[in-house]
Amino acid sequence: MNSTKSPAAMLEGVVKRYGANTALDGINLGIERGKVTALLGPNGAGKSTAISLLLGLSLPDAGRVEIFGESPRRLSTRQRIGVMLQSATLPETLRVGELLLLTSSYYPQARPLDALAGLAGIGEFLNRPYGKLSGGQQRRVQFALAICGAPELLFLDEPTTGLDIEARESLWTIVRTLVGEGCAVLLTTHYLEEAEALADRVAVLMRGHIVTEGTVDEIRAQGVCRRIRCISRLPADQVRQWPGVSKAARQDHWLDVETRTAEPVVRRLLDEDPCLAELEVRRAGLAEAFVQITKEAV
Amino acid sequence: MTAQVDSGAISTAPRIAAIRIPSVRIFLLEARMEFLRLLRTPSFSVPILVFPLMFYLLFGIFLGSRYGGASAGRHLLANFTVFGVMAPGLLGVGVTLAMDRDRGLLELKRALPMPPGIYLAAKLTMSMVFAGIVSILVMVLAAVLGQVVLPLIQWGMLFVLAVFGVLPFSALGLLVGTLAKGQAAPAVINLIYLPMSFLSGLWMPLQLLPHVIAQLAPLWPAYHLVQLAQSVVGAPERSGVGAHLLALGGMAAVFFIAARRGLGRFS
Repeated sequence: MNSTKSPAAMLEGVVKRYGANTALDGINLGIERGKVTALLGPNGAGKSTAISLLLGLSLPDAGRVEIFGESPRRLSTRQRIGVMLQSATLPETLRVGELLLLTSSYYPQARPLDALAGLAGIGEFLNRPYGKLSGGQQRRVQFALAICGAPELLFLDEPTTGLDIEARESLWTIVRTLVGEGCAVLLTTHYLEEAEALADRVAVLMRGHIVTEGTVDEIRAQGVCRRIRCISRLPADQVRQWPGVSKAARQDHWLDVETRTAEPVVRRLLDEDPCLAELEVRRAGLAEAFVQITKEAV
Repeated sequence: MTAQVDSGAISTAPRIAAIRIPSVRIFLLEARMEFLRLLRTPSFSVPILVFPLMFYLLFGIFLGSRYGGASAGRHLLANFTVFGVMAPGLLGVGVTLAMDRDRGLLELKRALPMPPGIYLAAKLTMSMVFAGIVSILVMVLAAVLGQVVLPLIQWGMLFVLAVFGVLPFSALGLLVGTLAKGQAAPAVINLIYLPMSFLSGLWMPLQLLPHVIAQLAPLWPAYHLVQLAQSVVGAPERSGVGAHLLALGGMAAVFFIAARRGLGRFS
């Protein structure tokens, strides 16, 4: 095994049960260095359980959980990870600077406070109590706490909930910088466009199983591939019968068509309706693919 | 099966040993933040710092001194010091622990590389600091307004008793904070705090209460602490100092061990 190739973290054949309920049913997942891995899935799919195991907060009933080849419960392992948990509320009466000072003290190679505040864009409210900040500002503080120890592996649980578009983009930029420096990131998010923008790899978790895993492009390819939209008088019922068309629907004078391969359908549309206008062909996004994958897995 | 894996033999990945950070620094910061956090939260700082003083002023000084002499003044000082010492342990430790659990802060802390034990040690230390402050404030009131006169050594001993006497209540707070849900914890704590202070004879002498209450009093840690406080300020004690110390130490140990086991349940 080469240290640069071995994953930053992995779950191998991991089973976790809560009473009669099996939260994770033998999952395998690797989180690679220098990459963002997005763990997606509907609520109750087992994402929180997987994170809890990776953080060493609970133990698997079977299988192995490793971070940098070690147990996640070791202090030396934890000194190499950063955590942003969606569910955690920080003490509201402590000032931002105090929270940073405290959390930084846990890490042997913590970033200097000034640099950290600049990086996370929280310089102007270091002296304000955490509870007086807006939801978006609190997220930024939580993110700063997650990266304060210069971690090699970063857990981001719904990192941009409550952030405006600008703040979200700036957080993404920092994540990309960290990843460029070799940091491994595990991202869970409800925003599929976030996974699409950040993730190198995506794993979709459903009812305790990983139902699909791959690069964003591979996952996207599993969904409906193309959406065609145009103004046409062709009846939707007729278009739906064409080979390769999975869906056709009319909305006022707009016609929406879904197909795996767009070209033959577009050719035929143009042939059969010389008055066709406003033709638009779009590749389906991760969101559509995700909906389809989770629907099929049920 | 555990997550502990011995990969040293197979993996050539460089093992980076835990870089030792002085735990003392983390502990001091953690205790300081825990203290500041409570001091700045009125729902804690008022019942911990203001209520005991207010009650002492009302019942101990204005009412009490009117009906008793110097020995009554000392008696009330001991009682209200113990009343003030109970709050930082029960409220300060118990309610914050229940809140930390409820709001996911405990889980986050456990995921962070904080050396084990520091979280609890910081909470206990915070309660000792508050107990020390409360006892000084009560003693200042006693000396200035209550005309209580004591040799310096006895003031000092009362202070030391307060600082260490909070520990059984902190341990009980830990236990309740481990078992009770966040929103229910303040209610449960108050259901322990106020009745226990009454049943231990802090508000009315046990001799004036039904016999059964006096008989059950040794079950409550506050009873033993108030007996020690009475003997510090010079009142005759009912049974030996050693027995009370032993009872308090034993109770603190039992609560603490039970709380640790309860906290382990969450892992």
